[in-house]
Amino acid sequence: MKFLIYFLFLWNFKVYDTPYDAGGEITIEWEWPTQIKDKRADSVIIWRKKEGEEFKKIKKLVTIQNFYKDSGLKNNEKYFYKITIYYKDKIFESEKILFAIPKEQYFHLGRLNIMIGAFLFVGFILFFISRAKRGISLFLRKIPGLDAVEEAIGRATEMGRPILYIPGLSGVSDVATIASLNILSHVVKKAASYETSIIVPNRDPVVYLIAREVVKEALSLAGRPDLFDPDSVYYVTDSQFGYASAVCGIMVREKPATNFFLGMFWAESLILAETGATTGAIQIAGTDAVTQLPFFITACDYTLIGEELYAASAYLSREPVLVSTIRAQDMMKAIIWIIIFLSGIFGIFGKMPFNFIFGG
Amino acid sequence: MLQKQVPMFICFLMGLLLFFQFYIPASWSQNFYNTILRWILGISSFAIVLGVVSLIRHHLRKIRKKEDLPYSITLIFSIFATTLIGFIGGIKSGTLFDKIFNYIQIPLQSSMFAILAFYMASAAYRAFRARNVEATLLLLSAFVVMIGVIGIGDLIHPFVPSFAQWILDVPNLAAKRGIAIGVGLGIIATSIKIILGIERNWLGR
Repeated sequence: MKFLIYFLFLWNFKVYDTPYDAGGEITIEWEWPTQIKDKRADSVIIWRKKEGEEFKKIKKLVTIQNFYKDSGLKNNEKYFYKITIYYKDKIFESEKILFAIPKEQYFHLGRLNIMIGAFLFVGFILFFISRAKRGISLFLRKIPGLDAVEEAIGRATEMGRPILYIPGLSGVSDVATIASLNILSHVVKKAASYETSIIVPNRDPVVYLIAREVVKEALSLAGRPDLFDPDSVYYVTDSQFGYASAVCGIMVREKPATNFFLGMFWAESLILAETGATTGAIQIAGTDAVTQLPFFITACDYTLIGEELYAASAYLSREPVLVSTIRAQDMMKAIIWIIIFLSGIFGIFGKMPFNFIFGG
Repeated sequence: MLQKQVPMFICFLMGLLLFFQFYIPASWSQNFYNTILRWILGISSFAIVLGVVSLIRHHLRKIRKKEDLPYSITLIFSIFATTLIGFIGGIKSGTLFDKIFNYIQIPLQSSMFAILAFYMASAAYRAFRARNVEATLLLLSAFVVMIGVIGIGDLIHPFVPSFAQWILDVPNLAAKRGIAIGVGLGIIATSIKIILGIERNWLGR
């Protein structure tokens, strides 16, 4: 039996220090030779050596990927690389031995666009805050879901039933949860003026602790610390559907007149909202989870869509400084809208001048 | 006064540090970030103890008041029994604790998830009633998408699946992206308001 093996050179082979990393990593990149039409080699062997040493095989890849990140290296030392690609009866060797020096980087240039955007946004916020402090009033469009908060609390008072407030199922690292806790403070203050009780079951233990403090502080600020019931804010479970069944149980047994579902929700959103609808409660929901919005819109009386959840605190408080941040958001949206519009126009002619803004 | 200022100062400092950390890939910056993550884990584990204590207290009070007695007794019994079984027999695969988890908790959770199908049917019925122009548009597009993604769509006309895909990829995605841009800006604005101490309602103020 006779084997015929071809030795060929691999021309397009690059070795470089991985950009914007903590150091200790080199990227090895190659282009598949034209002979490998399906861009999938039988195997790729990566060899590495230090100065004055022999080459050692460091990795055997059976993959379609055309790069490898060699990590765990020492910074500021020279590393030499070559690769061998096996494909059917052919062996491709890198034409040259290349080297790179891993280095630690102190600024992520790839994120410069985000930094500029963030500073621009902060600039807008500070500008509109200074305007608000000078007494220049800003128009805020009506948000029916937030206008209905008072009505919903009033209804619970008239019926002599409690209010159920769900601050979402996510943790406190989720900004939607923080937005929900901000709204909770307003709801508690309003409920305190009517002496209406509020139930806040929690899925996350940290959120439970914060919600408890928010309720306690809001009642103190409303001048009714005596209304604080330590039994009204409690932790239930971290199990998603365990929590959903517990809340459904509360809705069926306690029959709250008003349900607030504000924060981050997943698959349990419809279970909660439908159960609430069957108990006849007035329901106000709000989430930034796009996939759950249709369920809330269907089963709840009012729904805060996406950013309305974040605007709620400003809307309910009507504090000029908080309201001014919404105007800053609108300005940023206008800028993004103009960029998208211009990108569309340029895109028709095959030009992409704004790609760098979005990291393209 | 201190109760008010200290959390706000910590929030401002950490917010600022983590904002700049995002732009610094150096190892010391990564180490700082990982340390913060470990701190979060540590604080969360303290919080879970307080959470479980609150749950037990809540149900003990209910038992004392004789409200929903069977549920509260079941919960208290389950908490202590499961904890005890875990401590005595361990929590490895094949232990009684593991069996309780696999044969009681998981089926219970799956049952709850399965109920979603029925809720979805009733919600769909409510959503798809053609009460106005928007609801009629929703009904029509849902009808086209549902027919398009199942095999029968292609049998009706080869155009139906591609039209269904177009609805998902163009008008539907445009609306989703519009919401996503608003949400993104809302998240940044809320974060900045909290870091700068403009928004204090999360402290109950």
